[in-house]
Amino acid sequence: MYGSLPRLCRGRVGVGASLASTDSQPMNAPAETFKSRAHDKLNDAKVQRAMRNFNLAGARARGIADLDNFEDIRTAAAAIRDRSLASLDLWLARFEQEATRRGTKVHWAETHADINRIVIEIARATRVKKIIKSKSMVSEESHLNDALEAEGFQVVETDLGEYIVQLAGEKPSHIIAPAIHKSRDDVADLFVQHHKTPRKTDIGELTMEARKFLREHFLSGEMGISGGNFLIAETGSLMLVTNEGNGRMTTTLPRVHVAITGIEKVLPTLEDASCILRLLTRSATGQSISNYVTLNTGPKQPGDLDGPEEMHVIIVDAGRTRLLGTDMQEALRCIRCGACMNHCPVYQNIGGHAYGWVYPGPIGSVLTPNYIGLENAIDLPNAATLCNQCGVVCPVKIPLPDLMRKLREKQVDRGLRPWQERLGLKLWAWVAKRPGIYALATRIAARLGRSMGGADRVIHRLPGNGWTEGRDMPAPAGKTFRELYAERKR
Amino acid sequence: MSARESIVARIRAARAALPAMDETERAAIEGRIALHPIGTRPAMDWQLVPRFREQCVRMSSSVDDVASMAEVPRAIARFLADMKLPMRAVVWPEIAQLDWNGTGVTVEARAARGDDLVGITGTYLAVAETGTLMLLSSPSTPAATSLLPETHIAVVPQGRIVKAMEEAWALTRSERVELPRAVNFVSGPSRTADIEGQLQLGAHGPYRVHVVVVAE
Repeated sequence: MYGSLPRLCRGRVGVGASLASTDSQPMNAPAETFKSRAHDKLNDAKVQRAMRNFNLAGARARGIADLDNFEDIRTAAAAIRDRSLASLDLWLARFEQEATRRGTKVHWAETHADINRIVIEIARATRVKKIIKSKSMVSEESHLNDALEAEGFQVVETDLGEYIVQLAGEKPSHIIAPAIHKSRDDVADLFVQHHKTPRKTDIGELTMEARKFLREHFLSGEMGISGGNFLIAETGSLMLVTNEGNGRMTTTLPRVHVAITGIEKVLPTLEDASCILRLLTRSATGQSISNYVTLNTGPKQPGDLDGPEEMHVIIVDAGRTRLLGTDMQEALRCIRCGACMNHCPVYQNIGGHAYGWVYPGPIGSVLTPNYIGLENAIDLPNAATLCNQCGVVCPVKIPLPDLMRKLREKQVDRGLRPWQERLGLKLWAWVAKRPGIYALATRIAARLGRSMGGADRVIHRLPGNGWTEGRDMPAPAGKTFRELYAERKR
Repeated sequence: MSARESIVARIRAARAALPAMDETERAAIEGRIALHPIGTRPAMDWQLVPRFREQCVRMSSSVDDVASMAEVPRAIARFLADMKLPMRAVVWPEIAQLDWNGTGVTVEARAARGDDLVGITGTYLAVAETGTLMLLSSPSTPAATSLLPETHIAVVPQGRIVKAMEEAWALTRSERVELPRAVNFVSGPSRTADIEGQLQLGAHGPYRVHVVVVAE
């Protein structure tokens, strides 16, 4: 049904030899192997070091402290997002009408395959060869770079983090800090290999070297592909929120600009965008505003010295309408700030690649099963302690733990849990319905448990699973509650 | 059925949309757009100009003050000399019209190029809340002048500083028929923290942004 799904199960395709990597796993294995990947990442010293260095949570806390009424703004922002979703088709039609009037060509993509097809058609029709990209997570969903390279187009990611992961032949591990899993030494090695320059390890020098090489690409790129933080229905504008300036370059210098974004990203008015912006940048990096907030409304006007001759916006469904009108709809409020992953104890320990698809962390654990199928991401809704840190920090009040719990229920309802678990629960239900057998079984278990504890009355090792690998379990007292209760009564 | 039609059909089915309600809903949409209400915002009980200055510095811009437009060229010449920057700049036409004679600075009003080192622009409005410049693209105010050079200098008349982005939209609506191709909000130099989370200024855009506030 969804065009790119088979790709999830294949190896990376269509990547030029110069960009191929030998030692790193790209993130397009199915999300169902989460457990083994999480295990690998926990034992990967590099990932562990990178995750320890990573602290956007502190920056967010300082940014939020700036606002005297964060909770009120948060409520308002959630209401703005809900308003868009409540009449989504009509807001999109309003956006399309105004964007078209201003000369933007609006395309609709039902599937991931549609996105790639539309971009390739535009690239062919406009005879471009070199394509520069600023960040687009939707294009990661559709493996757009692979599709373009397979058709012979040169694609250069220009966000520094995206550029680094592209050179490494990998995928982003965080939605706003794509190369957070890479150390400066990794980057230094990649630059020596690809730029053929003397090795530098100073982060400032590495950034400057990337600037120099990417500047050449900006000046020679013929098509710019961007994502879109928001679509403004009022004015038919595309809003981009960036820090590096590559988003501005990508939408100013090449002669064709193609923006790709999801149907859910439409906002009614400029004021609504301003309200949400106060929370987006603070929640992401703690900044009161990012360095560049850009609204693009149509192509170059008569007499303009810069700007693209053509502007296209691709509005993408690819699974999103399946959440609308369901108990999962709140996930579509997401404004992609990354706060949920920055505060998630699971993400903090395993990094983004373990999640196996485009969106990591709690929001990924909700979106991935919905977009690619619950059966293809069986572990993700369970990859959380439900501590609700994500729910507390989400700027648009997505009840992430509730949504993960609902997905767990759906897994059970659809019989997707492993047979051992299903059998175990059935057995337990059978026993629990029979008080005599239940009493006997618990008496045996309590005594067995007691005998497993040593002199310190602690169980250090349980057979059959890894639960006791990192912790001990207090041994039961040897008698069940019902026995003790009966004794007290006497 | 086109992709557009199927997506719209799926959205309508999901939200149980009734054709009978469409007119009412559309009217509500046009109503919200016409009213464009300002949402919940933080308290803004500060003074415009000091707040703007302070937030510019917070976003790593530098700020200079001059009494009049006539003083701008000399103030910029001084800044370039102090920073040991080239005395040559690509500028917007309105900046070229200032009297640069005797300042030692050569200004060229043209499209910016990849190797321009200094770009000087005016500003449409400036936002006090965040220390932000609001630049509108047009034939005489090209977007790349504030983007390609390593140093961006912006001239900000004090009277064009507004409270927040919402006030900027209100003024734009009253002064312009519609939005230009590009509205760029610029808050300090370009930055990245993509290598080990360490902040670096000057990723792709300018390394430094210098704001000259003009009092009159």
